[in-house]
Amino acid sequence: MGRLQTMTVGGALRVAVVLLVPSFSVAQNKNVCLDCHSKLQGSLKVTAEQDAAAVHGHKGMSCVTCHGGNMQDEARAKAAGSGFRGHISREQIPQLCGSCHADVNSMKRFNPSLRTDQLAEYHTSVHGIQFAKGDVHVAVCTDCHGVHEIRAGSDPRSPVHPLNVSKTCQRCHSDAALMKTYRIAATQYADYTDSVHHEAMVVRGDLSAPTCSTCHGSHGAVPPGGGSVANVCSRCHVLQAQFFDESPHKAVFAEGCATCHSSHKIKHPDDNFVSLAAGSACGECHTKDDDSGRVAEAIHGRLHKFEVQVADARVLLARAETSGMDVADAQVLLGQANDSLTKARVRVHTARFEKVNAELDAGSKPAVAALSAGEAAMKERSFRRRIIFVPGIAILAVVLALGFYIRELERTEQGSQRPSEDADRKMAA
Amino acid sequence: MDAAARVQMWIDERLNLQELLAPLREKTVPVHRHSQWYFLGGLTLFLFTIQLCSGVLLLLYYRPSANEAFESVQNITNHVQFGWLVRSVHSWSANLMVFCAFAHMFSVAFARAYRKPRELTWMTGMFLLFLVLGFGFSGYLLPWNTRAYFATKVGTEVPGQLPVVGHWIMVIMRGGEDVTGATLTRFFALHVTILPALAIGMVMTHLLLVQKFGTSVPASVESEWQANPRLRKEIKFFPNFFLRELMGWYVVLAFLIALAAFLPWELGTKADPFAPAPAGIKPEWYFLAQFQTLRMIPAKIFHIDGEVLGILGFGLGGALWLALPFIETLLGTRGARYVRVGAVLALTYLASMSVIGYMAK
Amino acid sequence: MVTRALPSECPLEESGTRQMPRRSALRFLVGTVLGSVASLLYPIVRYLIPPAEASLSASEALAGTINELKPNSGKTFRFGNRPGLLVRLVTGEYTAMSAVCTHLGCTVQYRPEASQIWCACHNGCYDLNGRNVSGPPPRALDPYDVHVRGEEIYVSRKQVA
Repeated sequence: MGRLQTMTVGGALRVAVVLLVPSFSVAQNKNVCLDCHSKLQGSLKVTAEQDAAAVHGHKGMSCVTCHGGNMQDEARAKAAGSGFRGHISREQIPQLCGSCHADVNSMKRFNPSLRTDQLAEYHTSVHGIQFAKGDVHVAVCTDCHGVHEIRAGSDPRSPVHPLNVSKTCQRCHSDAALMKTYRIAATQYADYTDSVHHEAMVVRGDLSAPTCSTCHGSHGAVPPGGGSVANVCSRCHVLQAQFFDESPHKAVFAEGCATCHSSHKIKHPDDNFVSLAAGSACGECHTKDDDSGRVAEAIHGRLHKFEVQVADARVLLARAETSGMDVADAQVLLGQANDSLTKARVRVHTARFEKVNAELDAGSKPAVAALSAGEAAMKERSFRRRIIFVPGIAILAVVLALGFYIRELERTEQGSQRPSEDADRKMAA
Repeated sequence: MDAAARVQMWIDERLNLQELLAPLREKTVPVHRHSQWYFLGGLTLFLFTIQLCSGVLLLLYYRPSANEAFESVQNITNHVQFGWLVRSVHSWSANLMVFCAFAHMFSVAFARAYRKPRELTWMTGMFLLFLVLGFGFSGYLLPWNTRAYFATKVGTEVPGQLPVVGHWIMVIMRGGEDVTGATLTRFFALHVTILPALAIGMVMTHLLLVQKFGTSVPASVESEWQANPRLRKEIKFFPNFFLRELMGWYVVLAFLIALAAFLPWELGTKADPFAPAPAGIKPEWYFLAQFQTLRMIPAKIFHIDGEVLGILGFGLGGALWLALPFIETLLGTRGARYVRVGAVLALTYLASMSVIGYMAK
Repeated sequence: MVTRALPSECPLEESGTRQMPRRSALRFLVGTVLGSVASLLYPIVRYLIPPAEASLSASEALAGTINELKPNSGKTFRFGNRPGLLVRLVTGEYTAMSAVCTHLGCTVQYRPEASQIWCACHNGCYDLNGRNVSGPPPRALDPYDVHVRGEEIYVSRKQVA
């Protein structure tokens, strides 16, 4: 009883302060960490804007969530007992991030649809394996996701947004000196920026195009092994992969699709890609003297012949159209011919002439029809220009006749004026 | 008496045609070093007749709804026999008519033929010029292609900038807030009934006035003739001047069908209201000067919206030009000189702004 | 009228009281005018005769007949100068859309086993409303209106305001 009574006013006051001060300062959104750190320079600088932009900030987390310490009281910000951890070293990062992001129950509170296996995947990746060996130069979470300004992957400003992924990876992977220590080339990014995939993704904004993480994986990043390349490419290029599987190349190509198309510098095949010319894919292994080389030549010849047909038709139709002729029917046929060309190019992966030829023979009919429709349109155009001479000449004949008639008219008018003057004079005389 | 004379007599007995036509028989046209310019008015009328005839022919196949307009013009150009000829003649003749109307107006302005007693002739002529521009603007939308759609969008937005009445005017012009099928219907009615009715009435008034006052002679020539009456030369309108006019008309006709065959009017692509406007959209050449002026006016002049000032400027310019004869009288003895300077400035301005507008991106 | 002694060089067609220009000149003029009128009237008369096909093919197309398609099947037809796809659903109703894949323009087809619309070029998939559901296509297929008139199925563009 006495004890209770010695719960002095001062004691009660202290309890009240402890209870009231946090609510008081929460009401003020006080963040003494930012007050100092926004004024510091270099790697110690963290601004309020960065804090506000971060996805963690939106969820009510703050500096102390990762760094510990006391956010309200400047004097006790880094005091012992406040749980202050200070700078988090690279070795600690995956574990720290994983303490929430690999905990299903933890993530359920914030975003139930987010995966929680990133840390596990990381440990299987080349980055993770090296990291386990004690190498701190490999990528950890913050290298890709950012440190304080972490945004959601769907935010176009995030370094892991699909449009930005390749730029993020190349921060290390284009560093020749760094890559040399791992005996990896540093040309992948340069190659990728030269490719059709980069053009589709970064230049045309087609988010369905592949970037580094599409083929390599993101957290579990490994280069696909030789046998896996075809599997990776065939996710989108289904038909090409099916035809490739039927072909004699499947058993022979150690690197699958990348054997001809390269892994990063994938460009649109030009006319000479399938041929025995210098710089061609087939010419790397085949020559004129072997049967397969001759098949390559035959396919090239057949494709080229068809491409010329289609190109000629297209030029002619364009000319006809700008001259004001109707080429709608012909454009439909040309579209069909183009479809055949696309399909034939896909069938090149069978490495069999008959497959390519069959498709192009089917496409020849609309191609030829388009060309003759274009020729008919041009004939109609010349007809119109020629027919116009008929009324044109008739009209000019009228102009001539008018000129002639006016001259005659006025000549006789003058003629009839003079006699009347003479007659008047005679009359007057 | 041959058949022709007999028919003539039959008509005359009933309608007194000879009496009615007598003034025309006696009508004369002065001949001097500037009389070539006299052909422009008749030429504009001839082109207007071509527009009426080709327009009626187009009407036989054209469908004035947003869904079918483009396809119907495509049908005319590609499937109907000689449809390409009728359509291109109509489009080219429209442009030639605008050009001739302007040339005719400027030649009258420089020859000062608007002086007393011909003030009304000048004003009816100016109204006709506005009507011709209205024809051009309303007809341009009818094929419902991308160019026409966006040109109309910009063109109807301009008057919308006026204070107080602007929005109301724009909605009335467009038949709604935006350019839609309702706009097409409205422009079609305008182009095919309202404007032709007004134009035909105005043309008849204009011609009656020309007939009443006779053809004006430039002051310099008139003073020469006053000094030396033997220099005065006139030819009969019918048949001499008219036959010459007919020559000119036929030459222009040949030119028109040559243009139709060698430089056919483009069809373009069907208008898509949801597509973004193509870059560098410009109105037809006869609106380029105003368009370019509006683009060059700064956004704000003394706190007033630049575009509004521009539009009001055009309105004021048009009104002043309409009242030209009265302004010259008001300006006193120097009036003629000022008007001549004004005409030169106006012509130079329009020509140079059109060229700049054409060349600008 | 007073008869006058006329100078010999004055050309006269008729010994009347009025001087006329040569009759041949007038005849030539009238002849050429009539000729020009005829050469212009010919195209106009031809113009007035309606052409054989009265259709405005770009706004509407005949896609097929009602017995042609079984439920859960599709067919490609021509619409203007592009291909269109007519699908008969499992319920027996018809739906139609543009058959031009929004990825790179290949012609799509109907896959009965999946009740889906598929593009053979890069494995793009669309649902029965034409909405892009998987693969590279960035946008849905343009939808069309279907009208059944008697035995024939007509497809037209979606009506604009």
